[in-house]
Amino acid sequence: MIESVPPRSKAPAPAAAKKRAVGGGFARYLVVRFLLMIPTVFILVTLVFLLMRTTGDPLTAALGGRLPADQLAERIHAAGYDRPLIVQYIEYIGQVFTGNFGRTLSDNQLVTDVLFRYGPATLELAIYALIVAFIVGIPLGMLAAYLRDRWPDAVLRVFAILFYATPVFFAGLVLKLIFAVGLHWLPASGRAGARNEVALNRVEGKTGIHLIDAIRLGDGAIIGDVLAHAVLPAIALGLLTAGIFLRLVRTNVIGTLGQPYVDAARSRGVSEFRLVRHHAYKPALIPIITVIGLQIALLLGGAVLTETTFEWKGLGFQLVQYLLARDFVAVQGIVALLAVIVAVTNFIVDIIAAIIDPRVRY
Amino acid sequence: MRLRRFLGTLPVVHQFRQSVGLQRGMLVAGLIITGAFALLAILAPVIAPYGFNQLSTDGESFGSQQPPGGDHLLGTTVGGYDVLSRVIWGAQTAFFVIIVAVLLSIFVGVLLGLVSGYLGGWVDRVLVVIADAVYAFPTLLLAIVAGIVISKGQSDLVGGVFAAAISITVVFIPQYFRVIRAEAVRVKAEAFVESAKVVGASTPRVMFRHVFRNSTRTLPLIFTLNSSEAILTLAGLGFLGFGIEPTSAAEWGYDLNRSISDVTSGIWWTSIFPGAAIVLIVLGITLIGESLNDLADPRLRARRRAAATPADAVAATVPAAREDLGEVR
Repeated sequence: MIESVPPRSKAPAPAAAKKRAVGGGFARYLVVRFLLMIPTVFILVTLVFLLMRTTGDPLTAALGGRLPADQLAERIHAAGYDRPLIVQYIEYIGQVFTGNFGRTLSDNQLVTDVLFRYGPATLELAIYALIVAFIVGIPLGMLAAYLRDRWPDAVLRVFAILFYATPVFFAGLVLKLIFAVGLHWLPASGRAGARNEVALNRVEGKTGIHLIDAIRLGDGAIIGDVLAHAVLPAIALGLLTAGIFLRLVRTNVIGTLGQPYVDAARSRGVSEFRLVRHHAYKPALIPIITVIGLQIALLLGGAVLTETTFEWKGLGFQLVQYLLARDFVAVQGIVALLAVIVAVTNFIVDIIAAIIDPRVRY
Repeated sequence: MRLRRFLGTLPVVHQFRQSVGLQRGMLVAGLIITGAFALLAILAPVIAPYGFNQLSTDGESFGSQQPPGGDHLLGTTVGGYDVLSRVIWGAQTAFFVIIVAVLLSIFVGVLLGLVSGYLGGWVDRVLVVIADAVYAFPTLLLAIVAGIVISKGQSDLVGGVFAAAISITVVFIPQYFRVIRAEAVRVKAEAFVESAKVVGASTPRVMFRHVFRNSTRTLPLIFTLNSSEAILTLAGLGFLGFGIEPTSAAEWGYDLNRSISDVTSGIWWTSIFPGAAIVLIVLGITLIGESLNDLADPRLRARRRAAATPADAVAATVPAAREDLGEVR
């Protein structure tokens, strides 16, 4: 690798930095990309803080009207919400950088504890949804590219748009109506049956990911129950992403099918199906990896809705409970924490993309 | 001829002429569905059998969870509203929110993008970092936070509609900002901008007259994509209980939220109809956006089989080019 003069590295935009960070190769890209994560997290945390605080303090929001004015003022003073905003802001940023996202008002718990208790459930749901998206989206996208501009392509594309156009909670309700209420094939809500839930919570050193805990218990009935509960939520959330994958794979495979090397293969007499399956498929998957990074944000938003639909007791479900309880300290903490998670996942995805496709680094 | 030439410069009409076969079919289907919902929204007071917050006629209550049929074609909700009426009135709310949200975010996003892209400097860098950070964040969560701020968590007034629209705006500004900024950076290097500066045009004049006019080619596309996202975000907010109260407007997401418990007891009409309305309107708008996207990308554009004359071939892609080529009819 030829070492060239590093450019003036004052470009803060990730996209611009990616293009300008010539030379130094992977290690340099890793460092630049890592440093870019810091302003992102900082800005999001600041934005959430400013949005939540400029309109008033969380205590008035939660208790206003329920407590006499003098008692309320006392509580506000004790919590320090009557100090200048800038002082509170500096204190808050300091706390966030030491990993302290505050305590919830309604049940006085550390926000980070809330994350550790309910996060695994959300992670589990997101992974199931991604699996559904891969299984449905990628083969169908390749099929649509293979049959492009013919009627099956049109049908598949309308399906992709339908997947996107259907709100996850409506998809969830319809699935529930058909498979849980109508056919009685699958459970309508929750993560496991009541008795199994108790058993799973007693597992020593539990991960919180029900499937792993169930496998460790070694009880086939519980594993089956956990999986049965996961099917409908995973499909509801997964189809949304599947539609996006389908469109992306189709567009990219059609793009690579026009490349000179594919033309060369075609002129050697390689069948059109083999061209899609072997020649155009792999390069077309690289953008998918990058897009997964953006999907994390969509999946998290979708998880909030899916968890509410299916009473899947994860982070999103909990967030809505705090919203309804008007506990804005908890909301602020969870949202800020999610901002950090989104930024870190995007960083990891970008690094994986760079390992797979060297062009990203330049 | 004049009229034809003028029509050819309008966004959707140009693409319509360019399209063939399947793509034209998708575009037409999208336009028809969206048009039907627009009509429904405008004519809601005439079409809807009852008001969106009406609970009784002539002092006689509708009753809750009545199955479809009789006086209530699509049944009644758990709160005792007429489902059909709320579906129809919901179209009005959806369009109102789209118009307010998209216009506001276009206005703010385009202005910021233009200034940032054209002037550059540290303001540009700071704005880009902020827009990128916001863009990466879950839109629904951001809309919830914005919703809390705007309505202080109380969504009981007609202001709820505005609150929803503004929270969606906050989410969309970065998208318009990014697109317009990228275009402005590209356009400002063009020779005509240089000429305008040499002639002595002021910075605002160059910015709005020369750069802006040439930076808007992707706006119709983002406009359609954003409109569908606005409906989904509005419905999501409503579903989480952050939408508009049933007494101030009809909102499909709220109705779906109230139908969660109905579903478990097998009552299907309270969820299927408002949900189908969301799916259909988003489908219609997305079909338009998708077609515009394909037509803008030459790799994806389906081509006419064969052109009879070179003039035909050019006319297929450039509106009103025939006359320019000297063809006489």
